Amino acid sequence: MNLLLAAVAILVAGGVVALWRDRGGPVAAVAGCVVGLVGAGRVLWTGATVSLRLPWNVPFGSFYVEADALSAFFLLPIFGLSALAAIYGGEYLAPWRGKKSLGAAWFFFNLLVASMAMVVLARNGVLFLVAWEVMALASFFLVTFEDERDDVRAAGWTYLVATHLGTAFLLAMFILLGRENGSLDFNRFTAGKAGLVFVLALIGFGTKAGFWPLHVWLPEAHPAAPSHVSALMSGVMIKTGIYGLLRVLTLLGPPPAWWGWTLIGVGLVSALVGIVFALAQRDLKRLLAYSSVENIGIITLGIGIGLLGMSTGLPVLAALGFAGALLHVVNHALFKGLLFLGAGAVLHATGTRDIEHLGGLLKKMPATAVTFLVGAIAISGLPPLNGFISEFLIYLGAFKGGVSASAAIAVPLLAVITGLALIGGLAAACFAKAFGVVFLGEPRSDHAAHAHEAGPAMRGPMLLLASGCAAIGLLSPLTLGVLTPVVSVLTPADVLWEAARPLTIISGAGIGVLVLIGVVALVRRRLLAGRSVGETVTWDCGYAAPTARMQYTGSSFAQPLTELFRPLLGTRKKFTPLAGYFPAPTTLTTDTPDVSRERVYRPVFGLVEAGLSRLRWLQHGNVQLYVLYIALTLLVLLVWKLS
Amino acid sequence: MMAFVHILFALVLAPLLLGVINRTKALFAGRNGQPLLQLYYDLAKLLRKGAVYSRTTSWVFRAGPIAGLAAVVAALAIVPFAGTGAPVSFAGDLVLFAYLFGLMRFFTVIAALDTGSSFEGMGASREVQFAALAEPVLFLALAALARRTGSLSLSGILGAVTPSEPVWALVAVALLVVLLAENARIPVDDPNTHLELTMIHEVMVLDHGGPDFAFILYGAALKLWVLGALLVGVVLPGENILLSLVAMLALAVVVGVIESTMARLRLLRVPQLLVGAGALAALALILVMR
Amino acid sequence: MNLELVLILVVLTNLKLLGSSRLGSSIRTVGVQGLLLGLLPLVAGHDLTARVWLLAAGGAVIKGVMFPWMLMRALRDAEVRREVEPFVGMLTSILIGIVALGASFWLGHRLPLPRPAGSLLLVPVALSAILMGLFLIVSRRKAVSQVLGFLVMENGIYVFGVGVVQETSLLVELGVLLDVFVAVFVMGIIIFHISREFDHIDTDRLSMLRDWKP
Repeated sequence: MNLLLAAVAILVAGGVVALWRDRGGPVAAVAGCVVGLVGAGRVLWTGATVSLRLPWNVPFGSFYVEADALSAFFLLPIFGLSALAAIYGGEYLAPWRGKKSLGAAWFFFNLLVASMAMVVLARNGVLFLVAWEVMALASFFLVTFEDERDDVRAAGWTYLVATHLGTAFLLAMFILLGRENGSLDFNRFTAGKAGLVFVLALIGFGTKAGFWPLHVWLPEAHPAAPSHVSALMSGVMIKTGIYGLLRVLTLLGPPPAWWGWTLIGVGLVSALVGIVFALAQRDLKRLLAYSSVENIGIITLGIGIGLLGMSTGLPVLAALGFAGALLHVVNHALFKGLLFLGAGAVLHATGTRDIEHLGGLLKKMPATAVTFLVGAIAISGLPPLNGFISEFLIYLGAFKGGVSASAAIAVPLLAVITGLALIGGLAAACFAKAFGVVFLGEPRSDHAAHAHEAGPAMRGPMLLLASGCAAIGLLSPLTLGVLTPVVSVLTPADVLWEAARPLTIISGAGIGVLVLIGVVALVRRRLLAGRSVGETVTWDCGYAAPTARMQYTGSSFAQPLTELFRPLLGTRKKFTPLAGYFPAPTTLTTDTPDVSRERVYRPVFGLVEAGLSRLRWLQHGNVQLYVLYIALTLLVLLVWKLS
Repeated sequence: MMAFVHILFALVLAPLLLGVINRTKALFAGRNGQPLLQLYYDLAKLLRKGAVYSRTTSWVFRAGPIAGLAAVVAALAIVPFAGTGAPVSFAGDLVLFAYLFGLMRFFTVIAALDTGSSFEGMGASREVQFAALAEPVLFLALAALARRTGSLSLSGILGAVTPSEPVWALVAVALLVVLLAENARIPVDDPNTHLELTMIHEVMVLDHGGPDFAFILYGAALKLWVLGALLVGVVLPGENILLSLVAMLALAVVVGVIESTMARLRLLRVPQLLVGAGALAALALILVMR
Repeated sequence: MNLELVLILVVLTNLKLLGSSRLGSSIRTVGVQGLLLGLLPLVAGHDLTARVWLLAAGGAVIKGVMFPWMLMRALRDAEVRREVEPFVGMLTSILIGIVALGASFWLGHRLPLPRPAGSLLLVPVALSAILMGLFLIVSRRKAVSQVLGFLVMENGIYVFGVGVVQETSLLVELGVLLDVFVAVFVMGIIIFHISREFDHIDTDRLSMLRDWKP
């Protein structure tokens, strides 16, 4: 515990120093994160829960922090990815030195990491909410780093409103829990009114995590933020929502079946809608943001399966579901962090996020391309990398339930399997598009043609993350040792060792595939040695002057799938048809706004605004009348309470 | 031990399946057709050649055929043949089986995009659409079988086949459609066309040549064998190796007959075909559930 | 040929109807379904008396031959071949069909019926045919498709009857057949006249016959 609190202290102190002196921000971030990692690792290694409780003269508040296996597990990606993002950010933010206050940026960065750690460690409602709010505000200021741009400002506002709406639900939830139990300390919470608490937690934490339809801030805020912040937000911050949901579940006792079904439904819909929208995007970071929605859906699916196992008395189902979800939390932090850092390198080198203006970057940025490819294969859930392992655990749980349980449970679980298969196929298509259109082929614009490789401070973290993906994929049985104590916080997890035995064979198969690749590559090299290996242009069917614009674009690549899901996407198409017989210029634009934003939030907020604007007459600007309002209210309250 | 013998059979006999298919199509067309061993001659010729690479491409292009071949050989180790277990068999290996094909497809698609040609891009985009729909059908069919036999491993499922029930017939038809879709056979794709508007698999490998193309052709033959072994295992119980080999050749003849009597579907119709196959698998699942 | 196999084939014909837009092949599919249903009394486990054979033969001829013939004639006169632009696309129709199938199985287990002789599949398959027939009527434009939907519904009711009624009552069967015969005959004539008058058989355009202006 001392180490963890020291880590938080180093982060905060370093942030203040950065604000004051405009130097030392990244160093303090890395130092704090390393100390924190050691502390979290120690908790997981020894398996002992450490806690500290200090009084605090806030009503109902106490400085009660505790690190059990669940908290320590979430601290791993928080500190790990933050350290790497800090190293990356040092070089990424360099072009703005002198034009913007980098000290402030690093202050908020360190504050964000410290507050995320406190959220995961807090065991008192007031402390939790304070840390949650600091996290929201720090990330808001980080998102609006480039606030001279209109779209960044709009994204910042969207994010602020969304996160506060979620926090409102959390406030209601904590008030409810406090009223039931008389105290806001987590260890005093019992399971009264569990259903209502669950729903409030679902909405409140779901807004932060990005469940559909509460996800509308994700595709706005993540692209607007600087890339190392996007990586942190997408890789770690939205997982604090998942952590909150899991922590509340541990406090509420045995779950009824509808909780599991609700989470499975929310997870499937979020995953499907997320990946379909990701396919339709041409902004690289927006694509990655929607893909985060998809992966949060998969994590929620795993949690739902775990809850289902708990409520129907199938311990294997419960253990596998939770294990898969938790492993996917770490995996997603790894590969989504990697992908966002890669996208940041691309943005840094070319100045654009629009994939239709990129292409051929693999030759200019080879290291970035390799790590991006590793991230793309991992996020598509393909063997032998880590995405497959966590999805396999969820599949295995669903299959075991589907094969042996009663029909009422088995049919929906098998529908889950079909849904996961569809989502996996769509994810592979989406990331083949992202990697292929950005890095392969010929450059489609001058920006891409003059790109340069990222510097060592940006490459290093990406390589580390890519190796992490490969390590978890090829050494997956070792993860069981870490997962079992964490899962046992939620449900008895001894069955996990036996049930997850296939992981050894899977990692073995992964190593086998890599060996086979090496063997075949060697065979080819032997075959081609001494023979002529020529170079020419791509087969162009005899066109006299092929250009890079003739390549398949990202939208064309995704068109069969976006056409298939057209009712879901609501794509708007503007096309001026040609009149007359001869060729002439014309334009076609397509636009895919977020469905829930257009159909749900915009009308609702419009109604609210229309209603509230009737009250505008109250804001007349006359100071005396305002003071009169205050005095009248005071009088009314006094009369009411004292009579 | 027997399991490794089966892998040897597959590695040696897979190109023969394509020869049988082509021979059947030729007989329907009233020709004599290619020799049955034509693919072997083609592979030998290709392996003796040098290579020509496009200047637009990079190591991704060179890695595509290799990764694809490695993935399908790994899938070969999971599929049982003639009722005896596969060398690699564990609970949930059907998930690894399906996703190994996903790995092969991913590398083929990015190798296609690497050429910077609109032909390959066209084929790649159609391929990912069909694959996104074919995978759920495969999972549904395998889930129905898993529920019926109570086993989560391909070796366990195919070791407990009772083909007299309608469930197995429905699943077999669904698996046949998946086989046709994954191996680019009519009615999903025409392996003999060379018009860029109609190619899917052919066009994705248009720029490969020499040993790379040999790996691709051999990988395609192995993929046909692997999915065919799965289908034959669903239809045929028992542990008779000779019968299973004859059944594989019969399957090749059936595919040839289908190719000769049907036309390729319009591209807009292929999702309907796949969803129809999914409906059959779902029906099988519902029948198993009660 | 056992009962389960016949029932599964009936479900497959229904799914094919949902997924097909060609009216000629749809009529033929309904004819095949009629033939299968003619076989139903023979395999349903009732005693094979001469009456049962007569019933089966009559049903097969009327449902499998006569109705398709009448509908093909109406189709030829109306000069349409395809159902273009139905309200619900083919892909979505098949998915809805699967959902209807699952719902029928779930409902079938919950209906408080005396246990049907023969097979546990009878009631779910009957329900699914009724639901899919209703769906065809709701989702297609051409009048011929609506007649087909009505026929599928009647087939479903017939399967239900075979399952629930222990002994085949000739009177009940004849009553149902007469009802359907009259319906198809009348509808065939109406379709012919509609197409002659308006040059099309799109039922959604019948709303143009309203007197008042909206």
